[in-house]
Amino acid sequence: MSSLDTAARIEKGSAPANPKSSGKPWRLSGDSLFHTAARLAAFLVVATLFATVIAIALDSWLSIKTFGVWNFLKSSEWNPVTSTFGAFPFIIGTLVSSAIAMLLAVPISFGTALFISEIAPYWMRRPIAGAVELLAAIPSIVYGLWGLVVFAPVFGQIEPWISNTFGVIPGVGVLFQGPPMGIGMLTAGVILAIMILPYISSVMRDVFMAVPWSLRESAYAMGCTTWEVAWHIMLPYTRTAVIGGMFLGLGRALGETMAVTFVIGNSNVLSSSLLMPGATIPSVLANEFTEATSRLYLSSLIYLGLILIAVTLVVRFLAVLLVRRLANREGASS
Amino acid sequence: MSWVVTRRRIVDAISKVFMGLAAVVGVFFLFWIMWTTLKFGITGMHWTLFTQDTPPPGTDGFGLRNAFVGSLILLGLSLLIGVPVGLMAGTWLAEYGFHSRTANTVRFINDIMLSAPSIEIGLFAYAIMVSPMGHFSALAGSLALAVLMIPIIVRTTDEMLGLVGNDVREAAIALGAPNSVVITQVTWRAARAGIITGILIGLARITGETAPLLFTALNNQYFTTNVFSPMANIPMVIFQFALSPYTNWQQMAWAAAFITVLFVLVLSILARWLAGRVQVQK
Repeated sequence: MSSLDTAARIEKGSAPANPKSSGKPWRLSGDSLFHTAARLAAFLVVATLFATVIAIALDSWLSIKTFGVWNFLKSSEWNPVTSTFGAFPFIIGTLVSSAIAMLLAVPISFGTALFISEIAPYWMRRPIAGAVELLAAIPSIVYGLWGLVVFAPVFGQIEPWISNTFGVIPGVGVLFQGPPMGIGMLTAGVILAIMILPYISSVMRDVFMAVPWSLRESAYAMGCTTWEVAWHIMLPYTRTAVIGGMFLGLGRALGETMAVTFVIGNSNVLSSSLLMPGATIPSVLANEFTEATSRLYLSSLIYLGLILIAVTLVVRFLAVLLVRRLANREGASS
Repeated sequence: MSWVVTRRRIVDAISKVFMGLAAVVGVFFLFWIMWTTLKFGITGMHWTLFTQDTPPPGTDGFGLRNAFVGSLILLGLSLLIGVPVGLMAGTWLAEYGFHSRTANTVRFINDIMLSAPSIEIGLFAYAIMVSPMGHFSALAGSLALAVLMIPIIVRTTDEMLGLVGNDVREAAIALGAPNSVVITQVTWRAARAGIITGILIGLARITGETAPLLFTALNNQYFTTNVFSPMANIPMVIFQFALSPYTNWQQMAWAAAFITVLFVLVLSILARWLAGRVQVQK
């Protein structure tokens, strides 16, 4: 007798139900347990974001109380011996190294994305896209090691040329003066640029590929060149997502730790030249965290982390928002 | 031919050359970094790397056994924490939340977490585990790595379950299966390749992570399997040894970097291959 028959007979009352059964469908309790577990996991994901901010804010409370907000931001004094701490050199270092990275990475990403989506022969697209994406798979510590041992000496050879060429320009020249050491703010910026290149270019490539063919074809039919199609048709169409991709790269650059720590030179004194050593918020955290002896010292370092979180949260929020907006429009039109 | 046409052609030609060069830049740096890692890594290779522990400063010898074991324990624990949470959260999004307001908010926050700098997560693990417990521990390191991995698993699980056709679900429901059975027996199986891809990508992402371990698992010169104590691990060994004055330490840093890169590349290529199979199934 098949089980279906049994079920039917139980329902009709012609067969006795299993006396051991509680009468309740047993699977339902397991079912609601599963649902609860899934809901809990989703809640955990959301809670982690808030918990991160709160936990770090609590740990930096001592330093916030001691130095205040504005004073901490604008003070350049970072002296563990006298227990006076100020974030200014590190904030500037973080912003400047990321700005250099963006200046280099955005045009290169734009070119790479266009090359892959527009002019590369079909067989070349996947290998090149894959190779650029593999750059994102290399751990940042390897970038740091490579940057310090291999890239910095090579870059040190180029620096005199940079200094002679750009150093003489009035106004900006001061940014490119100093001894060619190979390590410093500019080196950190260049390595950051290589690291964020895959993130920006993959967003750009994806959205360029998603531009409707009818748009491109009508432009080509009007006699537009490849460049004109890219600049006047595709870029305006994908603008929000392209900016979102840039923010995504910026978020990476601002928070990058190990690679920067190896090559920036770790000087807590602000210098006007990009060829000189500097420090960023993540690099000073990596360097001094385990050496922090007093509670105030540790709390000030975590306070730096809090500033970093505040900045990167805004950047990441904008990035996700902008990248999604194009995806939503795609969904609505199809 | 008018000068306008000439100018447009010149601009177009220049832009195409620029695009080609831009694409070369990325590939060039990839090969440069790989080549260096291979060259230095091979010279640092010794069989004793796998059988001896890290030598004390200034002494001869090559050994990374404690760091390899430590890293494997850290990664294993992160998987134990990260996979269930990530898988269940992604399942909730795809199977219970759908496109509700709540689900979309969770997706948005998950995307923000996806690009969180690892140093922030390290500080978080420090604040909630190391600081209250009073000492660095491998467990705190695994927690930090798990938090880094979870958003990746959530996102791929959500996307991959979304690719499973509704007819499969309806067929299972029509047979009387409750939701949990439909999900575990039918949709998870249908999306298996995709979900494993997500886990592999997550694992690749955390393998070389150093910054969060700096505040959590730290390092240990000795062999230990005690997860409540500081534990040796490959990324921290690279960090400490690379900046040391000892030649054998520097060589070991390169050997460790080479093995890490190799491991991450194998994971990435495996993930890519699996993802390709998902596309075919669809």
